[in-house]
Amino acid sequence: MSAKKKDKANGEVLLEMHGLRIDGQAEDEWHEIVKGIDIILHRGEVLGLIGESGAGKSTAGLAAMGFARPGCRISGGSIVFDGIDLMSASEEEKRKLRGVRIAYVAQSAAAAFNPAHKLIEQFCETPVEHGKSSKAQAEADAKDLYKRLLLPDPDHIGFRYPHQVSGGQLQRAMTAMALSCRPDLIIFDEPTTALDVTTQIEVLVTIRDIVRQFNAAAIYITHDLAVVAQMADRIMVLRYGELDEQADTEKMMSDPQQDYTKTLWAVRSFQKQPAGAPTDPTPLIKVDHVTAGYGPVNVLHDISFEIHRGQTVGVVGESGSGKSTAARVITGLLPPKQGQVLVNGEALPGDYRKRAKEQLRHAQMIYQMADTAVNPRHRIREIIGRPLSFYLGMKGAKLEKRICELLDMIELEPGEFIDRFPGELSGGQKQRICIARALAAEPKFIICDEVTSALDQIVAEGILKLLDRLQRELDLSYMFITHDLATIRAIADEVIVMLQGRIVEHGPCKEMFTPPHHEYTDLLLSSVPEMDPNWLDGLLKQRQERGVMASTSSS
Amino acid sequence: MLNLVKVVAQRLALGLLVLFAVSMIIFLGVELLPGDLCQEIQGQGATKETVAACRKELGLDLPPVTRYVSWLGGVVQGDFGVSLANQREISELIGVRLSNTVFLALIAAVISVPLALILGLLAALYRNTIYDRMVNVVTLTSISTPEFFVAYILILFFSVKLGWFPSLSNVSPETEFWERVYRAILPATTLTLVVVAHMMRMTRASIINLLASPYIEMANLKGLPRSHVIVRHALPNAWAPIVNVIVINLAYLIVGVVVVEVVFVYPGLGQLIVDSVQKRDIPVVQACSLIFAATYVLLNLTADILSIVTNPRLLHPR
Repeated sequence: MSAKKKDKANGEVLLEMHGLRIDGQAEDEWHEIVKGIDIILHRGEVLGLIGESGAGKSTAGLAAMGFARPGCRISGGSIVFDGIDLMSASEEEKRKLRGVRIAYVAQSAAAAFNPAHKLIEQFCETPVEHGKSSKAQAEADAKDLYKRLLLPDPDHIGFRYPHQVSGGQLQRAMTAMALSCRPDLIIFDEPTTALDVTTQIEVLVTIRDIVRQFNAAAIYITHDLAVVAQMADRIMVLRYGELDEQADTEKMMSDPQQDYTKTLWAVRSFQKQPAGAPTDPTPLIKVDHVTAGYGPVNVLHDISFEIHRGQTVGVVGESGSGKSTAARVITGLLPPKQGQVLVNGEALPGDYRKRAKEQLRHAQMIYQMADTAVNPRHRIREIIGRPLSFYLGMKGAKLEKRICELLDMIELEPGEFIDRFPGELSGGQKQRICIARALAAEPKFIICDEVTSALDQIVAEGILKLLDRLQRELDLSYMFITHDLATIRAIADEVIVMLQGRIVEHGPCKEMFTPPHHEYTDLLLSSVPEMDPNWLDGLLKQRQERGVMASTSSS
Repeated sequence: MLNLVKVVAQRLALGLLVLFAVSMIIFLGVELLPGDLCQEIQGQGATKETVAACRKELGLDLPPVTRYVSWLGGVVQGDFGVSLANQREISELIGVRLSNTVFLALIAAVISVPLALILGLLAALYRNTIYDRMVNVVTLTSISTPEFFVAYILILFFSVKLGWFPSLSNVSPETEFWERVYRAILPATTLTLVVVAHMMRMTRASIINLLASPYIEMANLKGLPRSHVIVRHALPNAWAPIVNVIVINLAYLIVGVVVVEVVFVYPGLGQLIVDSVQKRDIPVVQACSLIFAATYVLLNLTADILSIVTNPRLLHPR
């Protein structure tokens, strides 16, 4: 491994960007989002670009193709790809490089594949349009690549439409598409961020192997340190459009130099103080043998669990496992087909429309996408004030005072924020507003549905700390839904593991993270990337020995 | 496929219901108008006795419900009855008029649909340029102007001043094809000016919306030529919304021609329905209304089918 790396460092330079500056347009004004960074990449080398969202990672990655998104412009610096100056090249010259010598793998394969065409047609158009091969040759090549990327039924899967295959399969199909012309450089833009952990690992493995097989250079963009540690030879940390630090992966992981990098590394250290054993014998929320679903399809099959006062119950599982559906049943958005929901031992009507206002007030929700969960045309005052006047009948000075108290509680300066619109807030601040809105109803119980999943690690950590503090101060109970095990480990007292609408494991958080586990919990836990750069290799070896990998890669 | 058959069957059944409702509303509407056919025919010289005799002869003395039911009974068996005014078979009377109207609508469609698509596409590609603004201003002006006014302006310039086209578009079954086209140019142009803005705006909006989607960016990053990106990646996904607007406008070309036909004295269905309402010739009005309603139902059905056929998600469920 290290010998190989040395070769690369001495190898031929493939891409050289110096003093790269990119401007973004916001409200008719240009301001710099990438502020003069240098990127040098050798043949066959994998460079990891990490940083929070807004750090300019994707923008810098796309610049390697001489491409700027609408609303962005490359304003300065030099970009030289294999001796070709992309700053002075014409659009037509750049077009001929794209897809052929430099390829791109997008974050969400589901969105980046055209829904109107079959996978293989989208694969073939690159080599055919660029005159690299005939349609028949391209199709044969596609099938070969699908096979190498371990897609099931490689001879026929290409003839499906994007909506007919799973997210993990789509991401691999897109990697295959990027390889169609055997490019010298591939830009991976957060290729596994939208995937579940168990799926992510398969995609990571196949991407890494195929990049090595074809000796392509790659820029791997992600905000997940543990992922980049598995993939990259060298890591660059970006912050606010500037280079913070760069080093070989092993050195970077073991010995980060800059303060910011150190905080990134340390971010998973938050751990809530465990709540004591429940004192009240009656659970606050009791889900009793609930079966629910949409139309004839059942998503939840006879699930039961309890949430006690002052406790946090974490619910983990992959997408489609029924986590959010369980939340919908508790809030009454989806009346159960069988079973019931009890609050303080009292059964609630299944349909929220039949619940009393007081019953509704006690269970509030915070959503994943703070962006879509607040009305963009309401000021913060209205967003937080609405539940206060609706549930508690507050108005006038009393209302104003309470809004300010709530803003204080979520650590936002009332005077500064009360008259702003959501659009003027950052993602983390918006999520705080959603928390304040939930608190406004003075609930006993809050459902947090993937509340940190759309946020950067540092911001997410702030939200977790806030939720933890509020829980202790206000004696709240949380149902914390997430697919992220690190978050669960940090915040939950009890954990429920769901799989295909059933609870496969349920117990105190500590026990969950110590063996023995249910087979599925084990798979889930072992799939979470760790910081150790050799983790992926170690895991693969371990799984091969036990024959687990075979079953996951065919799913 | 099963999906498609189900949609078609459902829509056709609903369409029949719509036609039934339309026939009732129209019957009621004409019935509520003051006066009837006999008074209209006899005019000033009518006496109580002659009017009564006339009514008895035409069956107008029967209660409205009876007349409606007997008319409906005929229609269900495919018999639209005879015109009260001149005793001609309605199916024969309408046949010629309908073919004239459809002919005019076709000419207008052949001009306006491609024009709207191309203008909309170009406006989307060159959005916020001078061209985009010009197209928007011109088409919005033409849609905001009453169509009879547009028609008179066209007549003023192209037939009175320049003398290129006739101001009256009277055609008969004997008129030759090209002569017909020539005479229908001005009414067709008027209709085009009225419908093009709507379709153009929708095309522009759908394409702009699509051009911002990740798969278009992906297509660009695959180095595909611009024309390929537009034709292969943008247009197929833009069809559904565009087709719906096109179809509504096509329906308008058939149903909304009344004013234009009157201005140009074009012998189409619009003229006929206006004349018949004037004469209180209920069976003819009813028949025309049913044709108009059926046009809407069938064209909307076509739009739905096209949306399904062009959307793989609906055509090939998981």
